[in-house]
Amino acid sequence: MNNDILKIADKEFNSRLFTGTGKFSSSGLMEQAINASESELVTVALKRVDVKDNQDDILIHLKDARINLLPNTSGVRDAKEAVFAAQLAREALETNWIKLEIHPDPKYLLPDPIETLKAAEELVKSGFVVMPYIHADPVLCKRLEEVGTQCVMPLGAPIGTNKGLKTLDFLEIIIEQSNVPVVVDAGIGTPSHAAAAMELGADAVLVNTAIAVSQNPVAMGIAFKMAVEAGRMAYNAKLAPVQDKKAMASSPLTNFLYE
Amino acid sequence: MSSFKDVLNQYDWDKTMLSILSKTEEDVKQALHKNKRTLEDFKALISPAAKSFLEEMAQLSSRITKKRFGNTMQMYAPMYLSNECQNICTYCGFSLTNKIPRRTLTDEEILKEVAFLKAKGYDHVLLVTGEANRTVGVDYLNNAIQLIRSQFSNISIEVQPLDQEEYELLIQNGLYAVLVYQETYHREEYKKHHPKGKKSNFDYRLETPDRLGKAGVHKIGLGALFGLEDWRADSFFTALHLKYLQKTYWKTKYSISFPRLRPFSGGLEPKVEMTDPDLVQLICAYRLLDEDVELSISTREREVFRDHIVQLGITSMSAESKTNPGGYTIDKQSLEQFEISDERSTETIAEMLKNQYLEPVWKDWENDWVSMTGFK
Ligand code: SF4
Repeated sequence: MNNDILKIADKEFNSRLFTGTGKFSSSGLMEQAINASESELVTVALKRVDVKDNQDDILIHLKDARINLLPNTSGVRDAKEAVFAAQLAREALETNWIKLEIHPDPKYLLPDPIETLKAAEELVKSGFVVMPYIHADPVLCKRLEEVGTQCVMPLGAPIGTNKGLKTLDFLEIIIEQSNVPVVVDAGIGTPSHAAAAMELGADAVLVNTAIAVSQNPVAMGIAFKMAVEAGRMAYNAKLAPVQDKKAMASSPLTNFLYE
Repeated sequence: MSSFKDVLNQYDWDKTMLSILSKTEEDVKQALHKNKRTLEDFKALISPAAKSFLEEMAQLSSRITKKRFGNTMQMYAPMYLSNECQNICTYCGFSLTNKIPRRTLTDEEILKEVAFLKAKGYDHVLLVTGEANRTVGVDYLNNAIQLIRSQFSNISIEVQPLDQEEYELLIQNGLYAVLVYQETYHREEYKKHHPKGKKSNFDYRLETPDRLGKAGVHKIGLGALFGLEDWRADSFFTALHLKYLQKTYWKTKYSISFPRLRPFSGGLEPKVEMTDPDLVQLICAYRLLDEDVELSISTREREVFRDHIVQLGITSMSAESKTNPGGYTIDKQSLEQFEISDERSTETIAEMLKNQYLEPVWKDWENDWVSMTGFK
């Protein structure tokens, strides 16, 4: 029994591991890995699927009732394109959920904060559940929350690098301040990175490359599932503090109270 | 939109008390050795179990404060504009039923008081009034702020709670910060101490910081009046309030004050005593909970205490305060709101700080920015 349910907008999730669909060697393997990971939210790049074809190879493998599709706007370069892409996705995939990704820079695929905020505001107004992929910028997170995004998705490291939580200090601030769920996206390369993000208090993590590109995506899907659960459990159980050695011989600061 | 009332309503006073009192030394140790502390840790740090860790808390608090604020102390002076008040508050000298001569400063008198404070070096003034909406309503306050605006970089008020639009007006005209203490977060006790007048509306007062946050004020000051109810529970609720506000109105700065009941004309004995070690414990606990919150100490406290507390986490203080309208230059003898304890001159306090390698800071804001940067 899972009492620790994650809620984003009107949906509840038993699993705090979100996954992606790119980079798998085959759609069949993708399906197996995602099933093994027990992920309930799977992002798919609108640019990768043929929405007019209901026999699309990726979509057909994601028909499981447990799985919620999260179309993403990957490939767009500004707010205008993103809004257009989101509307297209809503029509084609019959979901008002959208992972907002705007990266004008083709090399590192770093998100554009200004265009993202603009697009988020517009999409929220037209009824979307917006999950914005952004840099780990605490102020931007508050601004997005204010325009009504239902979560924020700060990156741990540049996308696809598998480098882990390079933005740790900022993630910590974001988690502390946020009124909406924080999903750590991008950069998570190993199950221990995922566990660390969960221990920190992230509400969920999104992992794609690390599973898809591993030698055995199915086993890796399971490993991530376990790591996310372990990290979450540790967070809920409240970590024991790191003990440092300190001796306090006299009481220079408080002796005056007893003089 | 929701407010802090919804948050507070989820808590039970007695259960909160119990949970604070049942914290163990182990809980305190855990809280001390963390980098980021939660409200549960705060409970441990204000619990009786933390008493034997006071020096350790003080060392930590001192270190964190220096890291964030450096070796500085913000200086401010209160300026009482009026002692008229339509409320009955059992602990206050200005209470309606208290037969004292009432006075509200005229423009001329305000400027005379201002000249005195300017000569002392103050650039941050805190305007204080009772609650008498006809004489010292928002128009009076607005006029006062505009009158003195060019002379101070930083103008704060500690007056009756106002509506959001009223705050917006004052902010536009130069108001920087608003202090509004809940006095106690205990509903029934609150009723007892505020039997009559607008202040008897607990919820309106409780939601004042929400209105301030929405109005886009730069700084909000919170606090409980120690002596009305158990200081531990009241401080927990103050901290809860602080955390809620920080998350909701994240562009606003926050400060906490620590008023302990002081003698005044017609005096009420504190129901719950808060000792000096208690207050030190609380100040340190706030600092350990929040590295950035400003902690302020007034002249209610006695000299020795103030001389030491400046090293322990406090970041702003007043000096030479008068708590009666016109008290600096016009009506030195009129009745005070409460007696102050540290009567040393501003110069002496500045010297004391310098001797402890702390820099008294007089100007820390540019008033001309207030309306320009008024955010919302
Ligand atoms: S505490 Fe304020 S409202 Fe209450 S009697 Fe005193 S001046 Fe009036």
